[in-house]
Amino acid sequence: MKTFGGPAIFLDRDDINTDEIIPAKYLTEISKMALKPHLLEDLLLAGKPFDNQSEAMTKARVVIARANFGCGSSREHAVWAFEVNGINVVIAQNFARIFRQNMFNCGILAIELTQEEIASLFTMTGNVAVTVDVQRGMLTASSDNPKQPELTFSFVLNLFDRDLVSAGGWLAFADKKY
Amino acid sequence: MGKTIAQKIFASHLRDKPTSENMVLDLDVVLCHEITTPIAILDLMEKGMDRVFDPQKIKAVIDHVSPAKDSKTAMQGKIMRDWAKRHAITDFFDIGKNGVCHALFPEKGFIRPGYTVIMGDSHTCTHGAFGAFAAGVGTTDLEVGIYKGVCSFRSPETMKISLTGKLGAGVTAKDIILAIIKKITVNGATDRIIEFGGPLLGSLSMAARMTLCNMAIEAGGTSGICPPDRVTAEYLWPFINDAYKDLDEAVHDFQKWHSDPDAEYIETLEIDVATLVPQITFNFKPDQVKDVTEMEGTPVDQVYIGSCTNGRIEDLRAAAMILKNRTVAAGVRGIVTPATPLVYEMALDEGIIKIFMDAGFCVLNPTCGACLGMSSGVLAEGEVCISTTNRNFNGRMGKGGMVHLASPYSAAAAAITGVITDPRKFL
Repeated sequence: MKTFGGPAIFLDRDDINTDEIIPAKYLTEISKMALKPHLLEDLLLAGKPFDNQSEAMTKARVVIARANFGCGSSREHAVWAFEVNGINVVIAQNFARIFRQNMFNCGILAIELTQEEIASLFTMTGNVAVTVDVQRGMLTASSDNPKQPELTFSFVLNLFDRDLVSAGGWLAFADKKY
Repeated sequence: MGKTIAQKIFASHLRDKPTSENMVLDLDVVLCHEITTPIAILDLMEKGMDRVFDPQKIKAVIDHVSPAKDSKTAMQGKIMRDWAKRHAITDFFDIGKNGVCHALFPEKGFIRPGYTVIMGDSHTCTHGAFGAFAAGVGTTDLEVGIYKGVCSFRSPETMKISLTGKLGAGVTAKDIILAIIKKITVNGATDRIIEFGGPLLGSLSMAARMTLCNMAIEAGGTSGICPPDRVTAEYLWPFINDAYKDLDEAVHDFQKWHSDPDAEYIETLEIDVATLVPQITFNFKPDQVKDVTEMEGTPVDQVYIGSCTNGRIEDLRAAAMILKNRTVAAGVRGIVTPATPLVYEMALDEGIIKIFMDAGFCVLNPTCGACLGMSSGVLAEGEVCISTTNRNFNGRMGKGGMVHLASPYSAAAAAITGVITDPRKFL
């Protein structure tokens, strides 16, 4: 199974929708790579446009957000836009159903933690990186600030979703089984 | 323990139960449009899996950008066209016959009570109005649906919303669903099905039920669902009259897709519409909703009437009631897009198109267009649109634009005054 994790970026908001993740005007693209520069282009944080070209964003492999992440449009382009930018884990309090399924269907992770656990991640100082152990269901967030203790959480992946990740996605899984 | 409508549909379509939480369902219909399907087609081709599970069960349309606006959208159309031809998909609706998918497919009788339906489009929940389980999915789910005729779901819970009371003049299903989303929030129905019921529902047209179910997704809902009844049977009659001896028999048969009296719901809500007034959104989330009276006087640059939410003949009739013998305010752009060719034709026959044109509206062909800022009415930075569509997300109708979601009555009233206006003044 592939490995998951890396530098994290924090998006401090509930209800981030897939129009913000990838605006519809880019849905005319038929190559996933074409989506790369436009990830989170219309995201507003605290009412202000988000800088999607910052160093932190470019380096990020993990996204951490609040509740109801990926709501709205079913466009899998939102997941692909993360994928082509190297992001293979999104951590949130909960996900919109279609977005969550799209993540696992592509063989990458949508991890749900409790509101308190998410809140504690948001209080971390320094640059945070996350490692994920899918088999053990453990997630560790560590900081480059020596004063910031590591945080470790257990998470539960739906067993079927875990099988999809192992199989490399839903198409490969369904092709064998149905 | 009794079963809900959705549980009955799941039980009758269960292909596999990989875990206690998950189910794989056989699909009755897989709907396709040119935005999310071409990548699925190209991926299947690349993997040497370019097959369809059943060409009769696949229905396809070009609707989001029609006619094509540039080379990229032209190519999306071409991929669809070539694919439909290659696989003998006969229910393929190209230009001249195409319309907004969630208005067109019901009109063709493709959606029946008890069906399982997916599409690579979040507003697929609209079709739950027919007592079907209809869910929006991503491209990979769509791809597997096309290829294998199955889709996986985590078994959703059902919440019931009972509608009581009588709607006042100028208050519509759009106002009801906006009020519901305000109450339960954009995360209130996540991983749930919203089953509509209550004494009011039976008096609502299929168009109104489709408007209700259409926006279930804006509360996070997997599907909206309405128990199929006489109104459903009347709507579907031209397509089912060879299967039943009369309407009564169809109505009786549809009852097998009603929830049992002892069915269990995760939550039950009652919404009394008697005191409901026209609703409108503010800011960038569909649960940010106010009474239209609280927003009166807000200037608008554009008025958009159309979409899978409110582009049906009933919606155009409502707007025309207000627009008749009136004209669009100076500086305001009015755009109407009948959702299907049939809606367009009916609007022509009923003189509604003339009312729109006399009022100064631009009449477009059926397309999704401006609803998601792809074509045919994109906003400039700083512009404001009152729209009968379903999403007010930041950038939805164009970068830097603001969309206020409202009913066709409210949109028409704003077109005349140039500012957000209580439409009841004109009725």
